[in-house]
Amino acid sequence: MSSLTQSSSSTPSYSSGVPSSAAHYRQPPAAAGGAGDFFDLGDILASQQRVPAQFEQTVYRLGFLDAQSSGEHIQSGAKMELPLWLARALGGRRRNIVRIDLPKQYRQQQRDILRADANVVDLFKQGPYFYLMGVKLLFFDHMERSDLAKSLLETFLNRFRRIMDTSHHAFSSDVTMFTTRLDETERVLFHIGQRSVAAMEKWERGRSHRIEASDVVQKRRKRKRED
Amino acid sequence: MTRTVKTFWIWCAMFGEKALELVRELKRSQDGNLPPYNDDGIRQVVEEMRTLFEQNQLEVRATTDGERGLLSGIQLRHACLERNQRCLLAYVHHRMTRIRDYRWQTGSVLPPSFRLSLCEQEIQWFTRYNRSLATYMRSIAPTGLDLTQHLQPPKSLLVEVRCLEDYGEFEMEDGTVVLLHKNTQHYLPRSQCEPLIRQGVLEHIH
Repeated sequence: MSSLTQSSSSTPSYSSGVPSSAAHYRQPPAAAGGAGDFFDLGDILASQQRVPAQFEQTVYRLGFLDAQSSGEHIQSGAKMELPLWLARALGGRRRNIVRIDLPKQYRQQQRDILRADANVVDLFKQGPYFYLMGVKLLFFDHMERSDLAKSLLETFLNRFRRIMDTSHHAFSSDVTMFTTRLDETERVLFHIGQRSVAAMEKWERGRSHRIEASDVVQKRRKRKRED
Repeated sequence: MTRTVKTFWIWCAMFGEKALELVRELKRSQDGNLPPYNDDGIRQVVEEMRTLFEQNQLEVRATTDGERGLLSGIQLRHACLERNQRCLLAYVHHRMTRIRDYRWQTGSVLPPSFRLSLCEQEIQWFTRYNRSLATYMRSIAPTGLDLTQHLQPPKSLLVEVRCLEDYGEFEMEDGTVVLLHKNTQHYLPRSQCEPLIRQGVLEHIH
């Protein structure tokens, strides 16, 4: 597995273009610009996933971070799994403190499985933020980078049709078996699909002009009944 | 110095974990209710940041004094500081967004259950937000305009509503008083009962 170093061309932006699962809350006006994703909870959680990294320099007095060794320093050559945000901060071109490998779920073998049939793979298990994390990995300079990008796009396209179909037509059947295998981004899309069908149905029955209790109140009411 | 940092390691598997826990907490509760403001969690993160910062200052001083090789450690700690900062800001910002949405959905009075999970500053912020919103709504038309009303285009002046709970007396703009008892039905001006419907006191039936 060849190593990754962060490409110099990529600016460290947090933009992802993927709707956050907080989509049903209005986005704050300030969040319209690039800074908005800085506050995105999903983006923060996605960048917490770990990537295998190897230290290229000795880092003094932080040996306690490495659970495998009891030394006082992190030795050059030590292998650790670092969260993505840390790997990105340390793996830039100017500061070559760590080298990064692709995590297991993005390697060739897994990409082959996804190419064979993306629909059967449990992407939630592969990290709840499979796509967000995958896109973040593209910021590193890597031989397999274009393959990874292609694989992510193909996977998404292959799965999207089924997600849309299910969200539009499976109202009366149990879809939990299906939705548990979706990654967070896909779940958001699924719910958007369901909501739009529900709104359409309400309009067809001529009930859309009716004022309803706000979401917050409705949810609180449900909770009260459970008590 | 290393010793103090080692005790610190016992409760913190990796820098940034505490801050992430705050973010997870908000993410889990994304349906309606806001979790209580996590004062303790925030204090712990700030504590962690202080330790990181102090350690970094020590090492920067050592580096300017001529010691070599410390820069990578400083870099690592700095990244952790920035990460913690981002998590804390996201936490506060997200809560603020939720409180603001609450204002638009249910009105200017916070229900006690919601109010309890806010911290002192958040309540202050809410009061101030209310005030600016009210000032703005008074200023946009000669008589003022309530922007939170008619979120859907109205089709009739009056609507039929049913009471879902004992609300008591409700005085309308023209001075008429209606007694809102549970399970009674009324025919009321739409603009007046819209906030009550949104709060779940009334149900719109026709």
